[in-house]
Amino acid sequence: MTFKTTRSLSLCAISALCIANTALAEMELKIGYLTVEQPAPPTLSNLDPVPEDIGLAGALTGLQDNLTTGKFLGQTYVLESAVVADDGDALEAARGMLTYAPYLVIDAAPEVLLQIADLPEAKDAILFNAAAGDLSLRNTDCRANLLHSLPSDAMRTDALAQFFVSKRWDELVMVTGQHPVDQAYAEAMRHSLTKFGLDLEAEKPWGFEADMRRNAAQEVPLFTQEFGDYDALVVADEVHDFGRYVQYNTWEARPVVGSEGLSAVTWSPVIEQWGAAQLQSRFEEQNGRKMLAQDYAGWAAVRTLGEALTRTNSTEPATLRDYILSDQFELAGFKGRPLTYRDWNGQLRQPIALAHPRALVATAPLERFLHHSNELDSLGLDRPESKCEAFK
Amino acid sequence: MIRTVALATLLATPAYAGEIWVTNEKDDTVSVISTETLEVIKTYETGERPRGITFSKDYSRVYICASDSDAVQVMDPATGKILHDLPSGEDPEQFVLHPNDRHLYIANEDDAITTVVDTETRKVIAQIDVGVEPEGMAVSPDGKVAITTSETTNMAHWIDTETQKLFANTLVDSRPRHAEFVKGGSEMWVSSEIGGTVTVFDRDTQAEKGKISFEVQGVHPDRVQPVGFEFTAGDTHAFVALGPSNHVAVVNADTYEVEDYILVGRRVWHMAFNEDRSQLFTTNGVSGDVTVIDVASRKPVKTIKVGRFPWGAAYRPAS
Repeated sequence: MTFKTTRSLSLCAISALCIANTALAEMELKIGYLTVEQPAPPTLSNLDPVPEDIGLAGALTGLQDNLTTGKFLGQTYVLESAVVADDGDALEAARGMLTYAPYLVIDAAPEVLLQIADLPEAKDAILFNAAAGDLSLRNTDCRANLLHSLPSDAMRTDALAQFFVSKRWDELVMVTGQHPVDQAYAEAMRHSLTKFGLDLEAEKPWGFEADMRRNAAQEVPLFTQEFGDYDALVVADEVHDFGRYVQYNTWEARPVVGSEGLSAVTWSPVIEQWGAAQLQSRFEEQNGRKMLAQDYAGWAAVRTLGEALTRTNSTEPATLRDYILSDQFELAGFKGRPLTYRDWNGQLRQPIALAHPRALVATAPLERFLHHSNELDSLGLDRPESKCEAFK
Repeated sequence: MIRTVALATLLATPAYAGEIWVTNEKDDTVSVISTETLEVIKTYETGERPRGITFSKDYSRVYICASDSDAVQVMDPATGKILHDLPSGEDPEQFVLHPNDRHLYIANEDDAITTVVDTETRKVIAQIDVGVEPEGMAVSPDGKVAITTSETTNMAHWIDTETQKLFANTLVDSRPRHAEFVKGGSEMWVSSEIGGTVTVFDRDTQAEKGKISFEVQGVHPDRVQPVGFEFTAGDTHAFVALGPSNHVAVVNADTYEVEDYILVGRRVWHMAFNEDRSQLFTTNGVSGDVTVIDVASRKPVKTIKVGRFPWGAAYRPAS
């Protein structure tokens, strides 16, 4: 395991500011970014490799944003990052980081995340889940010290279900991959379709051994023929194995949605409204690639801490936690509405983009989906259904 | 002979006839609207992604932020010809012309910098480090103080125009977008788009004097997003564009209370008055048009189609 520290290099680029800075009492907020690697399942295509710095790159852009703001307030930020190999000791790494900082942004599997949250050293810490969409983490397995800057799978599948309703695509079919993340996504989708009164007419597991790069045109039409008629085909393929070969090869000429085609995403390079173009270009300049969903979750976690420090002028975890979960907190997240945290399970409320790789199609919550307190709560687990007790 | 012609032109022109110039962000053009006929009379091409627009004091030059061309363009408003570009720093979004008619204070959105350019020598005379995504720009009537607001840092940065250095930084609500000095420069107003508020500062102490909130019936508070605003004659009332709520609020500038909401086009952004401030022209980004508001009755009277995503607006008297 290696620790890497990132500080601003350009903080004192202009001497007048340096003088102004030293006059103020410096307050420093330390943040840890912990990646616990997970074995990546093989996929049929290698067209879109996952960037090695996914998530962390977003956190670093958030750090730069915080630093720029902080220099006017005598506040500074340091981010230390560490990567644990999939056979490494994640808990030891987490313990090490927690002695360094009570604020961790974590990219890890759900079970590892919970073990870290339950460490005695993490009791008074604030941990951000920036990589796992599992609903259980926001529900029965929630933890008081664990916030979620990444939307739950349910928020994303609810967003798609709202879109189906608005398009009157009432009859859906689904092809489901075998990996746990595919299964979790499929389960979230089934729940969303029921929630919004839609029908899942049929579902088929994806079980092909064939190399779809050559055979998709022959295999997929037959595979989808027995679905009969439907309005749209949902692909639950969160590891992005086979989904890309389904599009344009279905027996019926119907749109493909879900993990491929029209997707509900936390963030996408095609988002340019609401000032997003500025965040996109800032990210790209700093990291040399496009900003992805997990990068956004890393950015939002670090910016949450920055916003809380700016407004409370405190580095105490308890003070920051209270502020983050209060009505006063709001994060301008380039999604057209202020982002806030659900005080019943620590989930960051946020609009969800409905996009294909070339354009933003719509943004959920869609207009006609109202909610008695906050329209954003029409996405994902709402207060009455939540079984999370840790926040009470 | 020449004199006679000039006189005839004068007589034919009704009082206060003029033009509203509107930048079309996604068409790379400006639309020129006659305040008399309320029609687009000319469309001129600009650099890429034109946003901020302002005229020189004598209206002989129009300055346009061509954001994606990384330049401030100087246009002859009589012909629509681009005369030259000014060095502006990267991604200039919005600017303000100093009362000396010479120095442009430019917000460089991608660079967290405010650039000061001398429009005569065409040279950059200062670059000032500000917060992330600077946008709103204002300068006090006496020319001593300039303001930059930064959208992600959520601050108004106060610049001493003599030293070109910051002397104060004041926090405001999320995503500040626009700033103006009013009441002879004694007050400074800043709108916060995501915070949904307008904050009023006392100029001398930089202390917060008041905060204005908005409530549009039938629109969720999250979608009530104040952006551009302008003041009526005598600074008695502010007209505040409320973005995707598709309304303009009328605020009493003494009590800070909202008196009216006026329905306009979709995603209302910036605005400009005609000469006597009897008409207000708002740019509506999503609907691609301009709403004309009769200021006395506070009613929208006409919608004028312009280019795609109209952004900035500025007035000039008819030539």
